[in-house]
Amino acid sequence: MKPTKRYFGADAVAAKTDARQDDGRKDKSGMNESKSGTEDRLMLLPDDSDSKQTSKKRSKVPNMRKIDPYPGEAPVSEDTVKKYTKTKKVKSAGIKGKYHEHRYKQQVQATRLAATQAARAELLLREDTGYFEADEGEDTSKISQYDIADAVDITSAEKFFELHLDKFGPYRINYTRNGRHLLVGGRKGHLAAIDWQTKHLMCEFNATEVIEDVKWLHTENMFAVAQKKWTYVYDNQGLELHCLKLLDSVLRMEYLPYHFLLATSSAKGYLSWLDISVGKQVSGCVTHMGRLDVMCQNPHNAIIHLGATGGSVTLWSPSVKEPLIKMLCHRSAIRGLAVDTTGNYMATAGVDRSLRVFDLRTYKPLYKYKISAGATCLNFSQTGLLAAGLGNVVEVYKDCHKSQVTAPYMSHRLTSPMTNLQFCPYEDVVGVGHGQGFASLIIPGAGEANFDALDVNPYQTKKQRQEWEVKALLDKIQPELITLNPHEIGQIDQPAMQSKLDARSKLLLIKSPKSDFEPKHKKKGKSKTGRVESRKKGRRFEEKREFIKDTVKLRKTAAVEESQSSEPAQPKTTLDRFKSAPQTGSRVT
Amino acid sequence: MVLINYTRRLLSLRTKRDVHKVPRNFDPSLHPFEIPREYTRALNATKLERVFAKPFIGSLEGHQDGVHCMLKHPKSLSTILSGACNGEVKVWNLPSKQCQRSISAHSGFVRGLCMQPDCQSFFSVGDDKTIKQWKMESPAYGELEEPVMTILGKTMFLGIDHHWKEPFYATCGDRVDIWDETRTEPMRSFTWGLDSITSLKFNHVETNVLASTANDRNIVLYDMRGATPLRKVILEMRSNAIAWNPMEAFIFTVANEDYNLYTFDMRNLSSPTNIHMDHVSAVLDVDYSPTGKEIVSGSYDKTIRIFPANKGRSREVYHTKRMQRVTCVRWTMDNKYILSGSDEMNIRIWKSAASEKLGVTTGREQMSKQYNEKLKATFAHHPQIRRVARHRHVPKSLYSASREIRIIRESKKRKEKNARAHSKPGTMEIVPERQKHVVGEHE
Repeated sequence: MKPTKRYFGADAVAAKTDARQDDGRKDKSGMNESKSGTEDRLMLLPDDSDSKQTSKKRSKVPNMRKIDPYPGEAPVSEDTVKKYTKTKKVKSAGIKGKYHEHRYKQQVQATRLAATQAARAELLLREDTGYFEADEGEDTSKISQYDIADAVDITSAEKFFELHLDKFGPYRINYTRNGRHLLVGGRKGHLAAIDWQTKHLMCEFNATEVIEDVKWLHTENMFAVAQKKWTYVYDNQGLELHCLKLLDSVLRMEYLPYHFLLATSSAKGYLSWLDISVGKQVSGCVTHMGRLDVMCQNPHNAIIHLGATGGSVTLWSPSVKEPLIKMLCHRSAIRGLAVDTTGNYMATAGVDRSLRVFDLRTYKPLYKYKISAGATCLNFSQTGLLAAGLGNVVEVYKDCHKSQVTAPYMSHRLTSPMTNLQFCPYEDVVGVGHGQGFASLIIPGAGEANFDALDVNPYQTKKQRQEWEVKALLDKIQPELITLNPHEIGQIDQPAMQSKLDARSKLLLIKSPKSDFEPKHKKKGKSKTGRVESRKKGRRFEEKREFIKDTVKLRKTAAVEESQSSEPAQPKTTLDRFKSAPQTGSRVT
Repeated sequence: MVLINYTRRLLSLRTKRDVHKVPRNFDPSLHPFEIPREYTRALNATKLERVFAKPFIGSLEGHQDGVHCMLKHPKSLSTILSGACNGEVKVWNLPSKQCQRSISAHSGFVRGLCMQPDCQSFFSVGDDKTIKQWKMESPAYGELEEPVMTILGKTMFLGIDHHWKEPFYATCGDRVDIWDETRTEPMRSFTWGLDSITSLKFNHVETNVLASTANDRNIVLYDMRGATPLRKVILEMRSNAIAWNPMEAFIFTVANEDYNLYTFDMRNLSSPTNIHMDHVSAVLDVDYSPTGKEIVSGSYDKTIRIFPANKGRSREVYHTKRMQRVTCVRWTMDNKYILSGSDEMNIRIWKSAASEKLGVTTGREQMSKQYNEKLKATFAHHPQIRRVARHRHVPKSLYSASREIRIIRESKKRKEKNARAHSKPGTMEIVPERQKHVVGEHE
């Protein structure tokens, strides 16, 4: 193990300034020795360390300029800018008129400026993520939690702890979105909400009923508990706020934070979404997939993934009653399911002791791993580490979705088989619920180091939380907007190529509409049956003629368009005259 | 190995007065659902805009008869003048909504008001064939309210406007007269056509140019220095009022009897550059916003409409239960308010942006407003947002009238199309809407 530097101290700053010097900027002074990073950007040009005389001189000379050793804006690498560029570049071809051209140019400039400024703000990030770096012949998975706890400082060491709760297990756990609060629920009814960093117990009670799953709602003030029969909502004092009889025999719950939806899957194969801000069920469907005890959400697009005993994974959105996607992932039942934060990768584990990684953009398998036992639970961390619970062993894999890995990054053996694990957001910690309690393990590099306090703030005050709650409620996304591509609503609704082709092919099969012409009744024997029929026939014939005329015209234009869009004609040869002439417009029957 | 350890850092408060740190991280992966959230914000902003759309501010009560004309003070934002059908001129203070001065100026209608560029005195014309000049200062205690000067004309004066820089003014009636302030005889007279000339306005930029509208459907342009009028254009129906764009010297808009407003470019009168449709009755008055970007119009259909200067449809319609035929409208010089005078003796004050917050706004309010404006513009074409933004509640009579007009227009179009389809190709010309309403142009 090679313990490297850890805090944003002098050395980190020195490293950063070194990097900037490498960019080809001149620096005459001893910048590297500087202890504090921020104030040494401005320097006096003449060396003022000599004597008092020089300082007197300086005061006399009014034009003694402070010269910025790094003039202009701080440089930003192109890769960083790319990371912050949210829009694809639109092709400028086909833009008509100078006005639109100008507007297009302005738009491009504005997006570029926004991305550059966002990228430059990265300089202000305070924390760095870091992983274990193994020396040669060393295996990071061999390092025990106790070794880590000995090596790190006290506050970090305190993050490795275990709760021995052997009476009411096995336990399911859940962290709040900001990672400050922990909820543990034992199968035999024991519930506890803890501020796990200060170890302050918020509430503890026994629900006197089997607990299947626990989940925090939008803040640490409320949590939902799936009990044997119904689902309950408690506040952080343990007071029962709601009994949701809509949601019965629920096995797994997922909370969609931006939509304020609680997605639940039940033992009866019923999947439902409940809007917790108004308390109404948004949607629900019978999945016909039996007992739904494997569920996870895609944090990128809020689609619910369900794992089935048949080995398939289905993707669900509240606006569609059928699965959006059905993937056959394993030949045996699926036990663990996880999607990473970017929404691009999905990890599945089956009882066949295999772990697979799928690409959710193409829905194709990427990597396949054979593991020592069937993983019962999987979870991706914010940085992309994958934790798997194999019986009573926690294994954490690094970059297993980016390349084929051979060994786990870290592993830890518990006293009893685990039921649930989750990475704590914004902390280098994974929480594990198992048969005899709860364990919090330190996994370096697991959490996102720099939080955005306006979105999720682990250190928010009560006032900040209240303000955030109001804002979040105002920004609540409607459930209809849950689609595979969350940015769909910002795109131009172009009819798909397929639908265009369909419309064209339909044109060939189109039938003339039936005539509903009913002749007027006329007197003086003019409305005899035969006459009426002949009048009808004449009208019908006329209408059909009109219709055929129109379709032929349409087909001609379609054919012309097609010929124009197809590749340019080959140069004619003398032999071309023997070719049969292309047919324009076929006969309509 | 680096472990995250926030608590050691600056997050905790150092002193009692320290503020809570709000570190930001703009990494897109930490901000999922960006576009759906922005869409939601845009929708909320649009809805809130409609919720806060309370344009009516107050009314100036005190006239004994219908308000016929209004004059905004060129220099003082808080002062306006109004002339009524009973010959009374009132000077109002806008912030206090109080009448400061009341003058029985004419017998019969007060037809027009105008002010000197130095704001020392103002002129009024009335049905009693007189032009009267009044001091802007109120008379001292004991003094009588008397005009500085009175000119008795031969015929009735229907309108008056002052040159923007020089001491000249113009009146209209059966002819257009240019007057020197110091003389009692007109310097110059213009006639072109037979019928009476109802309104005239001096150009703000090309200050010697003026335009008038007449009862014989003419719009005539004059140069004050010339001996004869410059040009005229004849529309299908009579124009009631005229307004020059204060920013673009060539552009003027007329309020027409055929429910439309026509914007013309002075250089090319053969067709209007824009037709502003939406009123369901004759348009009686029109005024430009001082930015030249928008037009306000008052109509016989008891509504006020605001049009973007380059758009054919109105962006806003104002009406109240009590407001009757709107005879005059003015856009105040700070671009914030609209004043309307109507038949039922009231002058009403409206906000030009219906949902705008009045008073001082903080920096954060400004920021949020700008952000919301941008969001609304970005998502403006989404059906739900567009529906909310476009929706206006109008009285049933107005609603059915506009529907009727729409049906009439559509049916005319259809009829024309059918006629064209059944006639020899090329015999029925396609006349653009903009050229339909112009009868002729003369030089």
